[in-house]
Amino acid sequence: MTARSLALRTPTPMPGWGLSFGIMLTMLSIVVLVPMGVLLWRGFIGFGAGAMWEVVNRPRVWSALALSFRAAFVASLFNLVFGVVLAWVLVRYRFPGKRIIDAAVDLPFALPTAVAGIALTAIYAPNGVFGSVLADAFGIRVAYTELGIWIALVFVGLPFVVRTVQPVIEEVDRETEEASATLGASRLRTLTHVVLPMLAPAAMTGFALALARAVGEYGSVIFIAGNLPNVTEIAPLLIVIRLEEFDYDGAVAIAIAMLSISFTLLLAINLIQVWSRRRMGAV
Amino acid sequence: MIHTVSVSPYVQAQGMLIERLPDGRLLIDAGGRKVIGRPFRPVPQKTRRWKAAIAAAIFGLTSLVVAAPQASAEPLLNVSYDPTREFYRDYNTWFANWWTAQGNPAPQIKTSHGGSGAQARAVIDGLAAQVVTLALASDIDQIAARSDLIPKDWQSRLPHNSSPYTSTIVFLVREGNPKGIKDWNDLIAEGVQVITPNPKTSGGARWNYLAAWGYAERNKLNPQDFVAALYRNVPVLDTGARGSTTTFAQRGLGDVLLAWENEAYLALSELGEDKFDIVVPSVSVLAEPPVALVEGHLTDANRPLATAYLEQLYSPEAQAMALRHYYRAWDTSAADPADVARFPELERLPIADFGGWAEVQPKHFGDGGIFDQIYQGK
Repeated sequence: MTARSLALRTPTPMPGWGLSFGIMLTMLSIVVLVPMGVLLWRGFIGFGAGAMWEVVNRPRVWSALALSFRAAFVASLFNLVFGVVLAWVLVRYRFPGKRIIDAAVDLPFALPTAVAGIALTAIYAPNGVFGSVLADAFGIRVAYTELGIWIALVFVGLPFVVRTVQPVIEEVDRETEEASATLGASRLRTLTHVVLPMLAPAAMTGFALALARAVGEYGSVIFIAGNLPNVTEIAPLLIVIRLEEFDYDGAVAIAIAMLSISFTLLLAINLIQVWSRRRMGAV
Repeated sequence: MIHTVSVSPYVQAQGMLIERLPDGRLLIDAGGRKVIGRPFRPVPQKTRRWKAAIAAAIFGLTSLVVAAPQASAEPLLNVSYDPTREFYRDYNTWFANWWTAQGNPAPQIKTSHGGSGAQARAVIDGLAAQVVTLALASDIDQIAARSDLIPKDWQSRLPHNSSPYTSTIVFLVREGNPKGIKDWNDLIAEGVQVITPNPKTSGGARWNYLAAWGYAERNKLNPQDFVAALYRNVPVLDTGARGSTTTFAQRGLGDVLLAWENEAYLALSELGEDKFDIVVPSVSVLAEPPVALVEGHLTDANRPLATAYLEQLYSPEAQAMALRHYYRAWDTSAADPADVARFPELERLPIADFGGWAEVQPKHFGDGGIFDQIYQGK
């Protein structure tokens, strides 16, 4: 036995390491790594970085990418605040219908996104229940504007924040809050200096997941967006348009651009998390 | 006496009765082959659909476990586009009966529906269709160009440019036509909202665009400016024709919907004749949804079936069926005169007037084409 194989076979009380690792790697390769690899290969080797840049570096593509990321970012910020509040209410309070609300949070996960998109459009269209009120009372148009896109993205991203923050809130001891209060801290100070720092890493993870989901969202957005080029045209639609032109390379180029931006954003969020963990100690 | 038996939920056979088995099943002689099955009883549409769904689910599960015995019937997959759903549901039933009446075993016909371009890509990428019935000749051209499944001269192989039925583009306006829309030039007026899908993602929208273009050419207007002015009045670009119909009819947006003639009639009958009116413009397009054999997926066994499937689309019965589904078919001999009479006469420009799809597609709808330029200028 060489030292290297010994190092791989550290004694563990859990059986089946080799087998489960093998299954995990195979499945991950089939489902995620190989398709991603093919996408990148097709883009960089088959089409070429320069050609890809030419496809992406156009006002219309930039405006679609900017819209997708801007709307996703704003929607995820909203989800960050609203999701933490929702999780807090669900964990800390008892009220009638709590179980129903708890279950309802998961609905955006289960619903086909096209159904969500059609439902949201029906409600927020100028003749819809909310849409007509908003239009008549405030002159705000929701459906077929960026606001509509934003609402659809809030809808699909909400469960991510709630479900990542909820278990952390469940583990937070009320005693730390009580200790903070007995030491003379105000409610606000307790919230900002004791509770929120403990929730921050989980909330950040939820934010990152919601963002990642919202950036690539197609089904629910397409019905409410209006899809006007340079105005409400999202990047995933532009990819579909390239496919409709049988321009596989163009579609791959825009997809890789989205992938790179998303990857950079997620990396940045992870670094912030690492930094905040180091500052706050292990949470 | 001839009996029809069900061999499986999808497969029926017809033939002379040989024997009634004690368990109620029948043994028949179907074109020289002995087939055993339950007496066929048509079930009302609604129950049949969920029964078929359950049967399909069970079949799917069992076929994973045991290798299912080879279905005796010849399978045929027709890859089509969205608005033909109702028509091909009728046609498949009629054709299966006709085919078995010719002394053939009952075929197993399936139809797949989706956006025309997406369906063409699916065939290019390997969907094993025997026939394609798509919205645009350019979609079938793409299959021919990007694979060796379909010969380049496919369009000359069947009558009428391989289009058994045609359609055109008309206007759907709100009841009473409050904005007084009569022709294409009314659509570029200030304050008129036009609903049409995105020509980049919808085949029907390309016809809308070309019809407006053709009108401008006919009337000595600058077609590019005319079409640009029209799209300035478009508040929403849905991705497909059905989406636009929904936006116009259900969401109440817009004053006029540019629609396939058959979609417009469908909207009238589904949503109420008292809500909308159909306005026929002076000039429109001769839309020819073509059909073709996918030669690359044909074998000696299924070639006669697939060939007959397309050829029978031109039979008087099938043509009458197309007319009933609001398509303009060629042969009216077996049709209900009322179905024929409802189509008004109008000048319909064929795609050849625009230079043919091979020229039109890249020039107008390709990346950086005229449609892109209209929005680039904004």
